[in-house]
Amino acid sequence: MKHRSFDVVVIGGGHAGAEAAHAAARMGSSTALVTLTRNGIGVMSCNPAIGGLGKGHLVREIDAMDGVMGRIADRAGIQFRLLNRRKGPAVQGPRAQADRKIYRTAMLAETEAREGLEIVEGEAVDFLMADDTVCGVVLQDGSQLKAGAVILTTGTFLRGVIHIGDVSRPGGRMGDKPSVKLAERIDAFNLPLGRLKTGTPPRLDGRTINWSVLESQPGDDEPTLFSFMSNGVQAPQISCGITYTNSKTHDIIEANLARSAMYGGHIEGVGPRYCPSIEDKIVRFADKTSHQIFLEPEGVDDHTIYPNGISTSLPEDVQEQYVRSIVGLEQAVILQPGYAIEYDYVDPRALNGQLRVKSVPGLYLAGQINGTTGYEEAAAQGLAAGLNAALAVQGRDPVTFSRSNSYIGVMIDDLTTRGVVEPYRMFTSRAEFRLSLRADNADQRLTPLGVQLGCVGTERKAMFSDKMQRLERAREDLLSLSFTPKQVAAVGIRINQDGSRRSGLDLLAFPDVTFEGLLPLEPGLEAVDTEIRRQVERDALYANYISRQQKDVDALQRDEMHVIPADFDFDAVDGLSNELKLKLNTARPGNLAQAARIDGMTPAALALLLARLRRGQRVRQA
Amino acid sequence: MDTIFALASAQGKAGVAVIRLSGSRAHSAAARMAGCELPVAGRSLRMLRGKDGHRLDEALILTFQAPASFTGEAVAELQVHGSTAGVAAILAELDQIKGLRQADPGEFTRRALENGKMDLAQVEGLADLIDAETEAQRRQAQNVLAGDLGRLADRWRAVLIRAAALIEATIDFADEDVPVDVTPEVTGLLVKVRSELSHETAGIQIAERIRDGFEVAIVGAPNVGKSTLLNALAGRQAAITSEYAGTTRDVIEVRMDLAGLPVTLLDTAGLRETEDVVEGMGIALARDRADRADLRVFLAEADEVLDVEMQINDIRVLPKADKREDATGAISGVTGAGVDSLVERIATVLKARTASAGLATRARHRAAMERGLTSLDQAMQVLSSGPDQYDIAAEEIRTAIRALESLVGRVDVENLLDEIFASFCVGK
Repeated sequence: MKHRSFDVVVIGGGHAGAEAAHAAARMGSSTALVTLTRNGIGVMSCNPAIGGLGKGHLVREIDAMDGVMGRIADRAGIQFRLLNRRKGPAVQGPRAQADRKIYRTAMLAETEAREGLEIVEGEAVDFLMADDTVCGVVLQDGSQLKAGAVILTTGTFLRGVIHIGDVSRPGGRMGDKPSVKLAERIDAFNLPLGRLKTGTPPRLDGRTINWSVLESQPGDDEPTLFSFMSNGVQAPQISCGITYTNSKTHDIIEANLARSAMYGGHIEGVGPRYCPSIEDKIVRFADKTSHQIFLEPEGVDDHTIYPNGISTSLPEDVQEQYVRSIVGLEQAVILQPGYAIEYDYVDPRALNGQLRVKSVPGLYLAGQINGTTGYEEAAAQGLAAGLNAALAVQGRDPVTFSRSNSYIGVMIDDLTTRGVVEPYRMFTSRAEFRLSLRADNADQRLTPLGVQLGCVGTERKAMFSDKMQRLERAREDLLSLSFTPKQVAAVGIRINQDGSRRSGLDLLAFPDVTFEGLLPLEPGLEAVDTEIRRQVERDALYANYISRQQKDVDALQRDEMHVIPADFDFDAVDGLSNELKLKLNTARPGNLAQAARIDGMTPAALALLLARLRRGQRVRQA
Repeated sequence: MDTIFALASAQGKAGVAVIRLSGSRAHSAAARMAGCELPVAGRSLRMLRGKDGHRLDEALILTFQAPASFTGEAVAELQVHGSTAGVAAILAELDQIKGLRQADPGEFTRRALENGKMDLAQVEGLADLIDAETEAQRRQAQNVLAGDLGRLADRWRAVLIRAAALIEATIDFADEDVPVDVTPEVTGLLVKVRSELSHETAGIQIAERIRDGFEVAIVGAPNVGKSTLLNALAGRQAAITSEYAGTTRDVIEVRMDLAGLPVTLLDTAGLRETEDVVEGMGIALARDRADRADLRVFLAEADEVLDVEMQINDIRVLPKADKREDATGAISGVTGAGVDSLVERIATVLKARTASAGLATRARHRAAMERGLTSLDQAMQVLSSGPDQYDIAAEEIRTAIRALESLVGRVDVENLLDEIFASFCVGK
C-alpha cells in the first residue's frame, strides 16, 4: 500500500481537472491528477468543438493565464471560425472543430510532460479528513494521497443515470462507471444538491452519409487561433456539412414522444434551454417546420460524425427512423445511439469566490459538478480552483477573478451568488462590461495578474512584455499626433468639421476609420506591425464606451474591496429586515458587491452591512 | 468619485430647507451658485443664482472641509427657505452642473461610513435611523411608482428587454438558426418607447412649471371680454406681480398666485381673419403662445370654432354672462359672475398636474428618463447602420434599461435570456 503526499490532489481528468492540475503545477505546487485511466484525460465527451461566443472568451482568458486548453485546441483544430466576424471585436468569439484524438493525445502528452504534475491512475473512493478539513484522498486500492488541498472535478459522475428511450442504467458518460462511493462520502458533507440533465445526439458513420447533396461549411480563410502563443494551424482542415429536419422527421418524433425518456416521465432533471433535445424543439416550437443540423467530423482520420442539433433520448429504433428521414442521411448508420444523462450537481452557492466549499476547508469543486455545461466553462473553473488551491497551500492570499476583469469572474460570481436553475453556459450577454472584456485583449487583462501570481512561464512572459511595449509605443505615437478636421478630411476621412483637433487614437474611435487610413496623415506610422495595428484599432473603437463604464467598474471594485468574513453574523445586523437576513444567510455573499446583487437588496441595507463590517475591523485591530 | 447632492431635510413646505452637497466639487458648485468664493470651512450668507443669473433664493451656506464633515468629504450645505418650488429650482440648477448628481437613498450615510466618520456608538444608533430613512424613502418611491409612471416604466422596460433580447440573440447565437437582421423590429420597439418616454419626460417638466409658473392663455374672438376677464381675475386675486403690454396687439402677461400656484395669465389678441399686417402678426403670436400654454381658457360660444385647437382638460366658458338670458356656464368680467368657479376649475386642472411626485425623486426620475432618451437616440442611430454595429446598439439599449432601472428596480441578464429562449429555437 503506497501512501504519498502532494500539495494539491485533483480528482478527475476532464477539462476542469486537467486545467486545475496544470494551474497548480505551474504555481510550483506538487500536484497529483487522479483519474480512472490516463486515456480519459482530455476526452471530449460531447461535441468535438472548442470555443464559441462567450466560450471562446473563456479559452482566451485561460490561455492568458498560461493555461493549456487554448494551445491544445489550436493543435487539434480542424476547422476554425471566428463567430460574429462582421460585428465588433467585443462580440467576436473564436471557435474550432477539434480532432478528438489529437486533442486527447496532445493533452495527455502535455500533462505527462508538466513538471511537478503526476498522473495517478485509480478510483478516488474517499477523502482523508482531519476534523472537518479535507487533507487527502483514499483510492480504491486503499492507498492514500495526502494533500494540502483537494479539487474535485467529477463532472456528471455523481449519481449519473443514462437514458436511451425507456432503458436507463447508472453511468457517468458512455462507457464509464459512476462513482457511487464518492457520492456517498460527499453526502456526508450535507451540501445542497440539485439534479440536471443533458443529452447527446446519435453518432453517425460519415461513410454512409451522402455528402454530395449537402451544403458545406468551410472554415475561415484566415484562421483565428485561441492561444496568444500559437502562430498557425497544425492539423489538416476540413468542412462541416449542413442539413435540416423536415416534416417527416417531425412526424416520426411526435408519434414516438411517449417513448422518449424525457417525455415518458423517466427524467426529472432540468435541461438547458439553449441546447434542447430534438423532442423539445419539436414540442416547444411546433410551428417551425425545419431545424438546422451541423454534421461535424470528429477527426481527420475518424469517420465518426457528430450531428449537432438532434440530441435525443428516444429509443434506438426511433433514432434510426428519424435520422434516415433527413436529406443526405437516408442510408446513415448510427455508430452510437444518442442518450440523455441525469446527474447531481452541488449548488454552487455553497462555494466561495475561489470555488472552495465554504463548509469544508481544503475541498474545491470545479466543472460540471457545479452545475455548468461545456468544456470551456469547466476548464475556466479548473484554472481558478487550481490557482487558489496552490495559493492556499502556499499560505498566500487567494485570487478572485472579478466581473470587471474577466468572463471567468462573471461566471464564478454568477455561480456562487445566484446558483443555477439549468446547466450554466457562458454568453457574452452575461458580461455587463462586455465591451472591455474582449477575446482580443484577454492577455492585456489577465497575463499581468498571472505573472504576478507566478503561473505564467518565461516564454509567454517575454512574448507578452514585447507585445505590450510595441502596443504602448504605437499608442503613444497615435496620441501625440494632432490633426485639424481639415487635415483629416483632406485624406478622405469623413468627420465633423467642428474645428476641434483630434489625436490618432481619437480618429480610430470612429467605426469606419482604419489604421491604414491614418498612414497618409503620418507616414511614420508605417513602422507599426500588423498585429499591433489591429490591436490598437480594437482598443480605440470602444474607448468612449469604456471610459463611460469606468464609473460602474470603480463602484463595483470599491464594493468588492469590502470583504465579508465567512463567519459574519447577518442576524446580528440591526435594522435589516428578516427577509433580507434570510436571503443573506442563504447566499452568504463574500463581499459587498455580491451582497448588492442579491435580489431585494437596498442601498441602506448595504450601508448597514458596511457599518457592521467596519466595526468588525476595528474590534479586530483593537 | 461623483459629487452628490440632495435635499437633506424633510420634503414639503417648511421654514428652512437644507440641501447638502458632498464630494470634491461640493465647494466649487456652491461657490458657482453663490457667485463668489466661499471659505473652506465657515458660513456665508449669499444670494443663489441660476446659470442665467436669475435669483433663486438667499441662502446661509455652511462649508466643511474634508475630513471634518458628516461624510468625511468636502461638504457644502445650503440652508434656504423651505418652499417646494424654490428647492426644486435649486436642485434643478445643481443637476445642471457637471460632475454633480443626485444622491442615491442613504448615500450620504454610506459615504460617511466608508470614510470612517462614524464611531462605534454612532454606528449602533444609526441603524434605526437609517431604517426609518429607508422606510420613508421606500414608501415615497412606492407612492410614485404605484401610479401610472411605475406601470409605464415597467412596460418600457419589458419592451426594451424584448429589443435587447432580439439583438443579443443575433450576437450570442450567431452560429444558430436565429434571424441575422433584427433592425426593423428593434427599431420599432425603440421608437415606441422613445415616444412615450419623451412624452412622459415633458410631463415631468411640471417641476419647472412650479418654478416658472404655469401659462394659462385666454383665447377667443375679439371683443368677447378677454381683457375684462383678465383684469377681474387679477384684481380679484390682488397678486399681480408684473404687468406690461407692448402694443395692444401683443400678448399681455400677468403673473399671479392662483390658489397657491404660480400662474402666468396670457391675454391674447382676438382671433379673427384680418388684412392688417400688424394685427395679423399679433394673431399669429397669440395662436402660437396659446398652443404652447399649459392650459387654455376658451371664451367662446359652444358651437364656435376658433383657430386654436382645444386640448385635453382645456376649459370652455361662455362669454358675457351679464348680457345673456341664460347665464349657465357663462362668465362675466364685469359682474364677476362665474369667476370663482373658473378659478376653481383652473386650479383643479393645474393641481392635478402637480400631484405627480415628491421633489427629489421627481428630479431623479427625470434625469433617469433623460439618460434613457439619450441612449435610445444613440441606439437608433447605431441601429441604422445594420447588424455590424449591434455590439454598440446593445450597449446603448443596456444603458437605457439601466437608466429606467432606477424607476422600477434592476434588470437582469436572466430576463434577457428568458426572452431569447422563449422566442427562438436555439441549440444546434
